[in-house]
Amino acid sequence: MAPPAALAISGLWKSFGANDVLRGIDLVVAEHEIVCLIGASGSGKSTLLRCINLTEPVDDGSVRIGPDEITAPGVDVDRVRRRIGLVFQAYNLFPHMSVLDNVTVAPRRVLRRPRGVAERAADELLKRFGLADKRADVPDRLSGGQQQRVAIVRALAMEPDLLLLDEVTSALDPELVAEVLDVISGLAADGMTMVIATHEMSFARDIADRVVFLDDGRICEEGPPERIFSAPREPRTREFLQRIIDAGRL
Amino acid sequence: MSGSGADLPVPPPRVRRAPGRVSGRSLAIALASTAAVFGALALAVVNAPGWEQVRTSFLDGDNFVRSAPGIVGHFGVNVRLFLIAEVLILGWGLVLAVLRSVPGPVFFPVRLLATAYVDLFRAIPGLLVIFVLGLGVPGLRLPWVPNDPFFWGVVALTLVYSAYVSEVYRAGIESIHPSQAAAARSLGMTQLQAMRHVVLPQAVRRVVPPLLNDFIGLQKDTVLVSFIGVVEIFRQSQIRQAASFNFTPYLVTALVFIVLTIPLARLTDWLVARERDHRHGPAPAGGGRRGRLVGGGR
Repeated sequence: MAPPAALAISGLWKSFGANDVLRGIDLVVAEHEIVCLIGASGSGKSTLLRCINLTEPVDDGSVRIGPDEITAPGVDVDRVRRRIGLVFQAYNLFPHMSVLDNVTVAPRRVLRRPRGVAERAADELLKRFGLADKRADVPDRLSGGQQQRVAIVRALAMEPDLLLLDEVTSALDPELVAEVLDVISGLAADGMTMVIATHEMSFARDIADRVVFLDDGRICEEGPPERIFSAPREPRTREFLQRIIDAGRL
Repeated sequence: MSGSGADLPVPPPRVRRAPGRVSGRSLAIALASTAAVFGALALAVVNAPGWEQVRTSFLDGDNFVRSAPGIVGHFGVNVRLFLIAEVLILGWGLVLAVLRSVPGPVFFPVRLLATAYVDLFRAIPGLLVIFVLGLGVPGLRLPWVPNDPFFWGVVALTLVYSAYVSEVYRAGIESIHPSQAAAARSLGMTQLQAMRHVVLPQAVRRVVPPLLNDFIGLQKDTVLVSFIGVVEIFRQSQIRQAASFNFTPYLVTALVFIVLTIPLARLTDWLVARERDHRHGPAPAGGGRRGRLVGGGR
């Protein structure tokens, strides 16, 4: 029997008032797989990630992480979120804490790890991502790229089974994008399962095992990046990619 | 009509001055106008028909020297009142603010009660709360209820001021962008952990100046406790006034409060300025323009 998928979404609906943002999403992500979500702003990429993280309550359908249905009634959402890392577009670091405390606060408070244990693990992660010398700094003293790398480290410190990245380079100045994408590539090489909402098409083409094109709350087309980017089948996908090319972003 | 820029009037050359330096001329003007205004006021007061009477009954030097030590000696009671009350206020006000900020339909009654409390104690004049608690409750003559007016003074001041202080805290909590709580929750923290470790530390730091402001108000309102029989600085000056038929003791009391409050007001200003510099201070090299939005969120 095949092992359960890392993430299995079926029939997911989500509306904000009369506005149906997600209209029946079915998506299965295997362990170690990297799925990139592409699509226009408002197509539902961010909402989908927030539904997986249970930041947004789901209206209908189910989400499974491994064998567990996390959308079932009575599930402890705090326990679920420990297993799912989420990195935000605006980093959302805690400005009143040092880099080290940003990374260790959740392992210490949520997982009840002793300070020494949490700090050793954090230092190792910071070193790996070239942030060892920033451990005592407050986030405001870092560049945007450094802040986003700290945010990724903060999510990794919880040792998540699944990492969700929500347009993590969209708030960065262009020259700072590469350092963050390099970090994500490193995680990909380590086999981290990731769902990445992104506008960086060339990055998606390089890193994704599978590209999913969202359009108007539905999965319009999905497939390996080579095929999606060079021979999209759906007219909507072609239209979207053409707009990206016209904007000089592919 | 000529469109040529050469026809535009040439602006006069601007006089450059080091920023923050006051020129000799504006300093002279400021001094002269201050002297004129205060001189005129002093003249008006000194030449008032009742000036001599007022001077002897409010500004009696001998009386001042005689009554000052005794009055100042009783200020310790006020200090104990506002220090004990302030500690309780800071704690209880925070509890109220957190109770009012708990989201979710289950907690509606909690929010309702906390809101009713804050509305009630901001509506009733503090002096009435002091009367009701300080005279009314001991009047019930329940054996286990203390009847010490100092105790009830502390309780009344705490009840009233915590309503104001909870609103200050709440403003601080609401000024923290929801993305901060979202980030904390995404790491698996509970609502309470996110509040305790992420939202409150930032919120409290932001509201220290308005909290100090309420603290100054509290210090002065400790004199209201004299009305239920606590002999503190104001009661003591009243006693001296009644004994000497002279109002100078009140002047002593006023001066004591001025000496206490003005440094605190300056400290508040300094803290506000420091907070502002922290938030808008120079960013380090390499800090992306958009990156700086992070702390405050959008």
